[in-house]
Amino acid sequence: MDAVLLAIQAVATPMVLVVMLLAGIFGMFVGAVPGLTATMATALLVPITFFLPPVPAVAAIVTATAMAIFAGDIPGALLRIPGTPASAAYTDESYAMTRKGQGETALGIGLVFSCIGGLFGTAVLIVAAPTLAEVALRFSSFEYFWLVAMGLTCAVFITSDKPLKGLITLLLGLLVGCVGLENPAGHPRFTFGNTELLGGLSLIPAMIGMFAISEILRFTLTTEQIGSFGKQIGSVFVGMGRMIRRYPKQTLRGSALGTAVGILPGAGADIAAWMSYAMSKKLSKEPEKFGTGHPEGLVEAGAANNSALAGAWVPALVFGIPGDSITAIVIGVLYMKNMNPGPMIFMNNPENVYAVFIVFILANLLMLPLGWACIKASARILRMPRNMLMPIILVFCLVGAFAINNSAFDLVILLGFGVAAWLMEENGFPVAPAILGMLLGKMLEEHFITSMIKSDGSWLAFVERPIAGGLALFTFALWIGSGWLAWRRRASAHPPPLTP
Amino acid sequence: MRIHDGLIGSVLLLLSLAVLWHVQGFPPAPGQDYGPAVFPGLIAGGLAVASLILVWQSRRSGAPWLQPGAGLRSGRHLAAFVLAIGGMVFYILFAEALGFIVCSVLVLVLLQWACGVRPRVALPVALVATLLIHACFYKMLKVPLPWGVLQPWAW
Repeated sequence: MDAVLLAIQAVATPMVLVVMLLAGIFGMFVGAVPGLTATMATALLVPITFFLPPVPAVAAIVTATAMAIFAGDIPGALLRIPGTPASAAYTDESYAMTRKGQGETALGIGLVFSCIGGLFGTAVLIVAAPTLAEVALRFSSFEYFWLVAMGLTCAVFITSDKPLKGLITLLLGLLVGCVGLENPAGHPRFTFGNTELLGGLSLIPAMIGMFAISEILRFTLTTEQIGSFGKQIGSVFVGMGRMIRRYPKQTLRGSALGTAVGILPGAGADIAAWMSYAMSKKLSKEPEKFGTGHPEGLVEAGAANNSALAGAWVPALVFGIPGDSITAIVIGVLYMKNMNPGPMIFMNNPENVYAVFIVFILANLLMLPLGWACIKASARILRMPRNMLMPIILVFCLVGAFAINNSAFDLVILLGFGVAAWLMEENGFPVAPAILGMLLGKMLEEHFITSMIKSDGSWLAFVERPIAGGLALFTFALWIGSGWLAWRRRASAHPPPLTP
Repeated sequence: MRIHDGLIGSVLLLLSLAVLWHVQGFPPAPGQDYGPAVFPGLIAGGLAVASLILVWQSRRSGAPWLQPGAGLRSGRHLAAFVLAIGGMVFYILFAEALGFIVCSVLVLVLLQWACGVRPRVALPVALVATLLIHACFYKMLKVPLPWGVLQPWAW
């Protein structure tokens, strides 16, 4: 209980509250401008959080991302352009509502159910994380090895409809993670005599490159223009009470599925929204109305993408395995702040963990007033000239990447990974598995080598302990099941030629 | 820009073979069987297999080796793209000598202009943005951004 009081004290300082407010405004803005994503908001915040104490640093990221995921709904409803990929699943639906003259309702649903979904995910985080941490305390290198292997497997098979390409980017990420001196043997690998590489490739500049620079490069090549809208937006809260009473099951289902997808490593808000919208349509009593401006799918998917944000923090805090690309950056920040994730953080710094929980609750509540203001200002935000904004973000990235280690070499990493991520996405290679590979490579290798030494080279020891065996079974089931699905899809895509 | 999967697969295959060859030179860990070469070796092996499958799957795709998207075929967009990368290279090479402020203003003006902002607007935006970023990072966060040629007038 003392820890909870300490956590409240840590959050209820003017500094944290001001940081949250500013980060919230920043997140709203980033989410509402098409082409800027919630992950990019996190990447751009990192250089600033680097100079903040741990609690405000985490508060800034949590608040900004929650706002950005909601704000992505705004241009979706008004212009049919999703502000962030997490809103793409239901952009057509909400735009159809706007055309029917129900734009306020579409935006209101986005706002209110984002808040509800976010609070649901937070509740799961508060209950599940400490419980899992107690279990995780008993884990040995075998369990950790399988846990990481399972996380990487999820990342490959869930984030992409092309598992082979996901697997390739994962392996590339793992190879990048091998660079440097930090391996069980302490041998400098792939450094080619470069002292800058001894400590490994700096993750934060690499991630800023992959999430921000790649978006800027994509923007420079976009040929389509963003339209404008002139209509005044009325009150968005009208009729929301009725929506909550009408779709309680959908709200719960969307929030639960979103949280679950968030907890699975690699998959985040985007995939939560797609899956949840599809599920809503499948289980609806009136599926024929979907796509014509029907609020049901919006309720479910709008709750799902925000609940996924909190869900992703469960594996991130307990195991140091990110649930999505945002928490991948967050884990980097936690290490910089000496808040190393893992079960021990619940023993050693419970007040910091509770502070994260409180920040999550506050951020989701703050979403209502800030979101309302953002909707009111949306006409102005959407007129923001992106051709001025993107060059400024580019320079901001250069300075931000430099600020982490004051190293010019990090700028080369920023550029290299930015171009690489752009090329990968252009060719259908998902980026998320690469990030997970880079982040978790060291952990995977450490637990693998430790386990091999402990078991004297016997593979059987990897599955002898019950939890390790269960995790192994699950991992293999994922591989076999997904492989079979991919094979089935290929077989049906290329039917054998008919002989006359 | 779409690159043929077969081409990507071949390049990755070469990369994985190079890694496999390179890790042979790693010394064994003293006193145990699992040295620094084991893990990257396994990954490179996996990558080699995955790239081979990619090449095999793409053999009948019929796509061109290189297919530039709509943006790369439009001169204006291509210029913006090249300037974005070129601007970063320029910054990396010259930030120390010319200083942050000079480089940032140059990159911002050119890139905005390439993205279609009129120079009359681009220059003041570049100046204000540069000074804001400088104030935020150099003054508030104490990041040692280089002054370069402006050193005598450093503030």
